Amino acid sequence: MDQNSATYEGQKMYDPKGWWDTYVFSQDHKIIALQYVCVALAIGLTGMFLSLLMRLQLGFPGLFESIDAGSYYQDVTMHGMIMVIYLLTALFLGGFGNYLIPLMLGCRDMAFPFVNMLSFWMYFLSVIILVASFFVESGPTGAGWTLYPPQSILEGTPGGDGAGIILMLASLAVFIVAFTMGGLNYITTVLQSRAKGMTLMRMPLIIWCIFLATFLGLLAFPALLVGAIMLIFDRVLETSFFMPEIFKGGEVLDYGGGSPVLFQHLFWFFGHPEVYIIALPAFGIISELISVHARKNIFGYNMMVWALIAIAGIAFIVWAHHMYVAGMNPYLGFFFATTTLIIAVPTAIKVYNWALTLWNANIKMTVPMLYCLAFLVTFLNGGLTGLFLGNVAVDVPLSDTYFVIGHFHMVMAVSPVLALFGGLYHWYPSVTGRMLDDRLGKIHFWITFIGTYLIYFPMHYIGFLGVPRRYYSNEQYDFIPQSVADLNQFITICTLIVGAAQFIMLYNLIKSLYKGAIAPKNPWDACTLEWQTLESPPGHGNWGEQLPVVYRWPYEYGLPSATADFVPQNVSDEQIT
Amino acid sequence: MAFVIVTAIIVIGTVLWNFVSPWWFSPLASNWGFLDTTILISLSITGIAFVLVSTFILYCVVKFPYREGHKSEYEPENPALELKLTIITALGVIALLAPGLYAWKLYISLPADALEVEGVGQQWVWSYRFPGEDGVYGNTSGRLFSSKNTFGLDPDDPYGQDDILIRGGEVHLPINQKVVFQLRSKDVLHDFYVPQFRAKMDLVPGQQSNLWFEPTILGTYEVACAEYCGTGHYAMRGVVVVDTQEAFNGWLAKQPTFAETMNEGANGEQIVQTLGCVACHSVDGSDGIGPTWGGTYGTNRSLSSGETVVVDEDYIKTSIVNPMSQIAEGYAPVMPAYATLSDEELTAIADYIKTLSE
Repeated sequence: MDQNSATYEGQKMYDPKGWWDTYVFSQDHKIIALQYVCVALAIGLTGMFLSLLMRLQLGFPGLFESIDAGSYYQDVTMHGMIMVIYLLTALFLGGFGNYLIPLMLGCRDMAFPFVNMLSFWMYFLSVIILVASFFVESGPTGAGWTLYPPQSILEGTPGGDGAGIILMLASLAVFIVAFTMGGLNYITTVLQSRAKGMTLMRMPLIIWCIFLATFLGLLAFPALLVGAIMLIFDRVLETSFFMPEIFKGGEVLDYGGGSPVLFQHLFWFFGHPEVYIIALPAFGIISELISVHARKNIFGYNMMVWALIAIAGIAFIVWAHHMYVAGMNPYLGFFFATTTLIIAVPTAIKVYNWALTLWNANIKMTVPMLYCLAFLVTFLNGGLTGLFLGNVAVDVPLSDTYFVIGHFHMVMAVSPVLALFGGLYHWYPSVTGRMLDDRLGKIHFWITFIGTYLIYFPMHYIGFLGVPRRYYSNEQYDFIPQSVADLNQFITICTLIVGAAQFIMLYNLIKSLYKGAIAPKNPWDACTLEWQTLESPPGHGNWGEQLPVVYRWPYEYGLPSATADFVPQNVSDEQIT
Repeated sequence: MAFVIVTAIIVIGTVLWNFVSPWWFSPLASNWGFLDTTILISLSITGIAFVLVSTFILYCVVKFPYREGHKSEYEPENPALELKLTIITALGVIALLAPGLYAWKLYISLPADALEVEGVGQQWVWSYRFPGEDGVYGNTSGRLFSSKNTFGLDPDDPYGQDDILIRGGEVHLPINQKVVFQLRSKDVLHDFYVPQFRAKMDLVPGQQSNLWFEPTILGTYEVACAEYCGTGHYAMRGVVVVDTQEAFNGWLAKQPTFAETMNEGANGEQIVQTLGCVACHSVDGSDGIGPTWGGTYGTNRSLSSGETVVVDEDYIKTSIVNPMSQIAEGYAPVMPAYATLSDEELTAIADYIKTLSE
């Protein structure tokens, strides 16, 4: 078939003409996905580098003179924002979402390919603006990733007197535009472009997850957008949305009457769903990987879908559990603690169903499976500590201590990243037509899994002790013993090792592009459509002349009436041998 | 198999760690022991869930390894089992939530018979106010703050004249007496946190938040700011001294009232305490966010611009009013300008810094 044929079934398709059209300003969802992945990984490496700088100061206070308190807080801020928004959100939705939605649903591309391309370039622009803030006078903002006013726009906060905070807020606004363009595309594609026979309840769980995460994003990001715009107004036009009377530097500032807590509500109305925007795609990856590599149908598909919908719904009424001690009306605590603990039930159901998928399975310990299992352990750990922090009174002694750092890194840093790596190892053959190196993959896995556990697990206990987070140095405090400094040194060394290990994966990704073993078309014997394309890797338009027709659900492993241990979604009952 | 062994070690280690960890709750010194109990309840219930689920996973990995030609069991749904698991989880959640909500009810019910203290935060120092003899706080307003009137008290309010002001970060409290803290902030968010008391609450500019506890053990405790408040966040350390009632009364009697502070002349030491300068500039020669004042008067200083200046009265005054004009080499340009101090006050500060080199 002609790769560039412009019409299928009478529909006009975007038709790339040259190198620029094909690889740079491409409207092909697979190229856009790759662009998202590459930019996200690059900025993610920057975020990791910033975390190493933080750890160097914490582990060896004062040894590195260039890390002063100001730059430390700038590193903290940029690390958090980069990892949450520009790495994980972009990579899961822009990367995995773009690549998998059309391929897994059996369509040729996204519903709006041009908007899809714009989405990437807006994302790219937002990253450029973000990175630019490192180069302005007094550097990027050091307001903490939550950007709480009043301090985020005042002097006395690193970068508070320069353009850093403006660039940060502007970059977020542009990112939200990018997300909205991508998000509307994903939603429309899922609802409108599914192949014949691909009913909603036959969609792979990862598509459900990305679909719901996109919904969350489209409803949650506007809260951040208005918060960011109002904060820019407060800063530039001296409005007082979030600014009460403030006495600073020996004088009363020209602000008055605003509410700092209002910004926190706006921020967390976005911020909590954001946790699920990251977690849901990770759930999706795990659901696919665990079923394929355990050679067993996913357990309780219906329940999984309804649990996801429940999580996505409840995610909008738990936000103030980030604010129990923020000075809001204390009676709100009863409501938000209850909703927060209720969300644990559907989340637990998901974990049970992954675990039960392993029962009577035929488990292949491939690299993606290792990541999957490691995800289950860390997510279980991080999810359970969330029950402490969500439970209002229990949160009081632990809030803003290292317990919080341990918890949220386990649950929304390590877990999603493990899922992400599992996903990269799993789908790499589909993207490149080559396999990743297994041995390097395993080395990378072991260092990452054990290393991150050693980094974050002990943090919970210095949190019990009461060591506050976001401290540049603990030296002034008598209640913090020397053993905490020793632990910090140990954690820093672990961090350096884990950080270095990520280059093993990077090397693997690049090396295997040229030297990896040629991948068979369906190397993992998976049922989902992305492995059933005519060519491998799939060409422009994905399916050749004929779109696939779907006859069954995506987890037909171990079907008793078939000889093979899996039946792809596009195989009809008559074709089963 | 390697995975099973390593993960089993991780799971067992995670559980055992709770019995051998060198880091545990700071020794309790308030009435909030019940908060520790809720943490222990949470640890037990979540610990059981962690062990059960991870053991099940590891068991499956051992029991059902890949066998060529073998097929897994085909069982897409088992509604009865799923319902059972949902109910068990819901029960676990209720067992966690009930003590949590109960403890929260206690935490937010302010006692009527308590000693009242107002806690005020600013970058990066704590100060406090007692209502004084009449037992009533004077009115305050964010518009009335000045370097002299550091609590923003209404000078015309008769209730405010006897309010007792604690500047300089150290507050005393009587033992076994319930205390209600009314918290407010002059500039940005802060959080009043004493690890041994367990209690914690943000200070928010433009509004009041509340916190109560009852100190139960005599001693000196550190206040650590637990809400990020800018460059000096980590240096915003305060001290709470829990005294006997008599010692507390004696200490309180020595503290100045609002009326007295308004009649004070310019006192450099007092000004740098109330403005919070000492959070960044030490007086003993040790390094901080900004250069120390100890032993520096009259010495040469290199600036980030490459120039060298002498630390004299002029340099000090300029650095207060317009700090960005002369950044000391090796320090971040983060100091806010204090442009509204009077010349009398600036001279008092310079004189005070001079005494630190004598």
